[in-house]
Amino acid sequence: MVSLCSFISYYWEEEKRMNYFPDEVLEHVFDFVTSSRDRNALSQVCKSWYRIESSSRQKVFIGNCYAISPERVIERFPALKSIALKGKPHFADFNLVPHEWGGFVYPWIEAFARNRVGLEELRLKRMVVSDDSLELLSRSFANFKSLVLVSCEGFTTDGLAAIAANCRCLRELDLQENEVEDHRGHWLSCFHDSHTSLVSLNFACLKGDINLGVLERLVARSPNLRSLRLNRAVPFDTLQKILMQSPNLVDLGVGSYVHDPDSETYDKLVTAIEKCKSVRSLSGFLDVAPHCLPAFHSICPNLTSLNLSYAPGIQGGELTKLIRHCRKLQRLWILDCIGDKGLEVVASTCKDLQELRVFPSDPYIGHAAVTEEGLVAISSGCPKLHSILYFCQQMTNAALITVAKNCPNFIRFRLCILDPTKPDAVTQQPLDEGFGAIVHSCRGLRRLSLTGLLTDQVFLYIGMYAEQLEMLSIAFAGDSDKGMQYVLNGCKRLRKLEIRDSPFGNGALLMDVGKYEAMRSLWMSSCEVTLGGCKTLAKKMPRLNVEIMNENEQTDFIFDDAQKVDKMYLYRTLAGQRKDAPDFVWTL
Amino acid sequence: MSPALLGVEEEGQSNVSLAASSTSIDCISRNGCGLKERNYLGLSDCSSVDSSAVPSLSEENKNNLNLKATELRLGLPGSQSPEREADVSLLSTGKLDEKPLFPMLPLKDGICSSLQKHVISGNKRGFSDTMDGFSEVKGSLYSEKNWLFHSAGTESDSPQSVGQGTFPGSSGMNAMQLSRPSGAQSHMMKEVPQKVLQDRCHGANGTNLNQAGTSNNSSSAPAAKAQVVGWPPIKSFRKNTLASSSKNNDEVDGKPSSGALFVKVSMDGAPYLRKVDLRTYSTYQELSCALEKMFSCFTIGQCGSHGVPGKEKLSESKLRDLLNGSEYVLTYEDKDRDWMLVGDVPWEMFIDTCKRLKIMKSSDAIGLAPRVMEKFKIKA
Repeated sequence: MVSLCSFISYYWEEEKRMNYFPDEVLEHVFDFVTSSRDRNALSQVCKSWYRIESSSRQKVFIGNCYAISPERVIERFPALKSIALKGKPHFADFNLVPHEWGGFVYPWIEAFARNRVGLEELRLKRMVVSDDSLELLSRSFANFKSLVLVSCEGFTTDGLAAIAANCRCLRELDLQENEVEDHRGHWLSCFHDSHTSLVSLNFACLKGDINLGVLERLVARSPNLRSLRLNRAVPFDTLQKILMQSPNLVDLGVGSYVHDPDSETYDKLVTAIEKCKSVRSLSGFLDVAPHCLPAFHSICPNLTSLNLSYAPGIQGGELTKLIRHCRKLQRLWILDCIGDKGLEVVASTCKDLQELRVFPSDPYIGHAAVTEEGLVAISSGCPKLHSILYFCQQMTNAALITVAKNCPNFIRFRLCILDPTKPDAVTQQPLDEGFGAIVHSCRGLRRLSLTGLLTDQVFLYIGMYAEQLEMLSIAFAGDSDKGMQYVLNGCKRLRKLEIRDSPFGNGALLMDVGKYEAMRSLWMSSCEVTLGGCKTLAKKMPRLNVEIMNENEQTDFIFDDAQKVDKMYLYRTLAGQRKDAPDFVWTL
Repeated sequence: MSPALLGVEEEGQSNVSLAASSTSIDCISRNGCGLKERNYLGLSDCSSVDSSAVPSLSEENKNNLNLKATELRLGLPGSQSPEREADVSLLSTGKLDEKPLFPMLPLKDGICSSLQKHVISGNKRGFSDTMDGFSEVKGSLYSEKNWLFHSAGTESDSPQSVGQGTFPGSSGMNAMQLSRPSGAQSHMMKEVPQKVLQDRCHGANGTNLNQAGTSNNSSSAPAAKAQVVGWPPIKSFRKNTLASSSKNNDEVDGKPSSGALFVKVSMDGAPYLRKVDLRTYSTYQELSCALEKMFSCFTIGQCGSHGVPGKEKLSESKLRDLLNGSEYVLTYEDKDRDWMLVGDVPWEMFIDTCKRLKIMKSSDAIGLAPRVMEKFKIKA
């Protein structure tokens, strides 16, 4: 699409020529352009394209809720109907961001409500969502259709009750991995009896009980229901009844799956499952009796997506038996108890595999059950693989070099050795060469997470070869400022850089301050940057918010420029310093 | 966070908090050859040291490899920034507080060069020219850096008190370092990596993470591996869910995946119950020994006021006598909620079905089996 724009703008040198096409025509053409990036590119061609594109854009993506004010978004995109917002930095997932840092959605909802935006869809990631926000949301937008909350917090089931009760047109309520305070079960009853428009309902992350009768009736009156993910409180006999009601489900998340294989209900379940010929995505099994899994074997051949990463009860033979039926799998999320041998089964069965995530089943023990062998097996069996997240016990350069050769199509490559500075398990060398091979071979790599013992060398490779890299995560790596400098210098498309516990200091930070305006954000924690360095940066770059987080409440901290900064988060912004920062966050 | 980490924070040094999350990692982080050690303890010292370095940053541009600012050192508060002479030897001066912990002499041999070689030979990309330049950079970098002294500081009870200028780190490490004369440094550099790895492994208490490949001390208690904040990088939602999932699976399925299998143990007459992890035993004997130890105190109390005042040895044997003399029997409740005598079924089957344990008075247990005494023999 970008090339189309350049083509057009090349031929249409003068803005005047644009007027030969009425706005409606351009608008119609633009309708076919859906991705945010492409539309951003369109809007930069010329002023009238900017005007037309902005006035017609319905779907907006804001990668950092503090980069721009809601008023400004509303002003630019008057036709706004669907918005996606992200709040906290990525490392907040791992408890590195203090709890009250920010990311509140309320001001956005309030601004939309005040300006009578015709909001229909809201997608939030890593934001703080209060019950009040949900209440306001539910009352302010008559056509509201879709709410997707990913890794959010701050709300309870009372907020969900408001959504259920007031959003009469609601089609989608998708709650993914949120911390929700569960006040038990009544929210589901708040869906009106006349509410028949549900297409997608995902409440797998809720911990509390659910009124099963209410759930069954809701499903029964939702003929358009295609995606349903249950929580642990939904037992298998309810599952069986639900499946009988919804044979057209495409995406199923099983709640609790514990029962007696000899019972009549089990037989009914098998029958119900066999009818669900449309199911393409399967997840859940939060509690599971693995010997009952064969009931699902009939739908496995149709599955393109399987997420067993919350099912530690499925292991060994039952797991591989299940996987052997899944020949069409494109996405697999699994726990490392599958082992290297299990991954070999995946490699030989799932030839269409594109995305694989292997999570540690026991993160507290620090012992992962997969090694580099599993990864190599997957890479040789699954040539279409383009995204991987792999937690493992160890890695070798040789394995990474092999993987790079087998799978040159990686877009996302995230590796994590549980011992974060572990060298090559065979040669004891740093893993520089292995990751170097990855970036050299995978020309389209957009996201990379490094792990293991790494020197500045790996960053030299990254700077040289990772031309498309947009997001880089660094932990316990590198030797000196040069490492970070190589990256900042070389990766022209870098948007997000997050670094922890690495020896990069002011020299690297201040090398190219202009670069940060071309990026979304930079996170550095437990590195070598000092307060003085951050102040210098903040002074030079007024359109960056340079936030320092220091939780120890040392009042003299702000006066000692030589102090190393515990956590620094900087991001470009048009909104200036934010007003909702807590005490422990200083914006320089 | 582990208590040790918290201890580091409370030390009050202003930027120790920076260290808190990373210290234990840094302890073992740098075991590649010639890599820079990062010691986050005692940073306030470094800061005063570095304050002279910050303004000079501008000189230290990319081409100047004198990366003072990025170098970490232990030092006393207010100590002057020393000249970064490559041949300053910590050991020779004996001053731990001002100098790089373990400055490496320009090592053209030994580890450093082997790394350089590796770097070049590992390069298939034909930019060996740049590589050479880079290797030289590395070489002189290494001359200043010290990677050996990871501070396994978190394992020491009191984080290094700066005034003493003591080494953080395992005592084994300390001994090793201090005993080496400076002249032998380059030689030591070669050996130390292996030794360091091993020392680290053995010296580690729980706050160290997994060791490097060589000597793997997997016997260090898993539970004691207190986590560095935010490591491994898994969403806390996922961590919490998996933790409760495993627990539920244990209860529900009867077929626990991995991890502990805690069951309650009650004893008639004891004021409170205990819990044992059945997975830590592999035979009935081990279990009974552990239970003896656990409940000996109660039995002593019971034996009466004339009983021997709590000498452990005596109490254990007393319990044993009691049990042998069949005053007590060990029973368990199975999945069907029946009370069974321990010892009839194979151990694996037992831990699969056992829901709780009870040390019953044999007078109560008479109904269980006639040959109660022979059934339950506890050997020394």
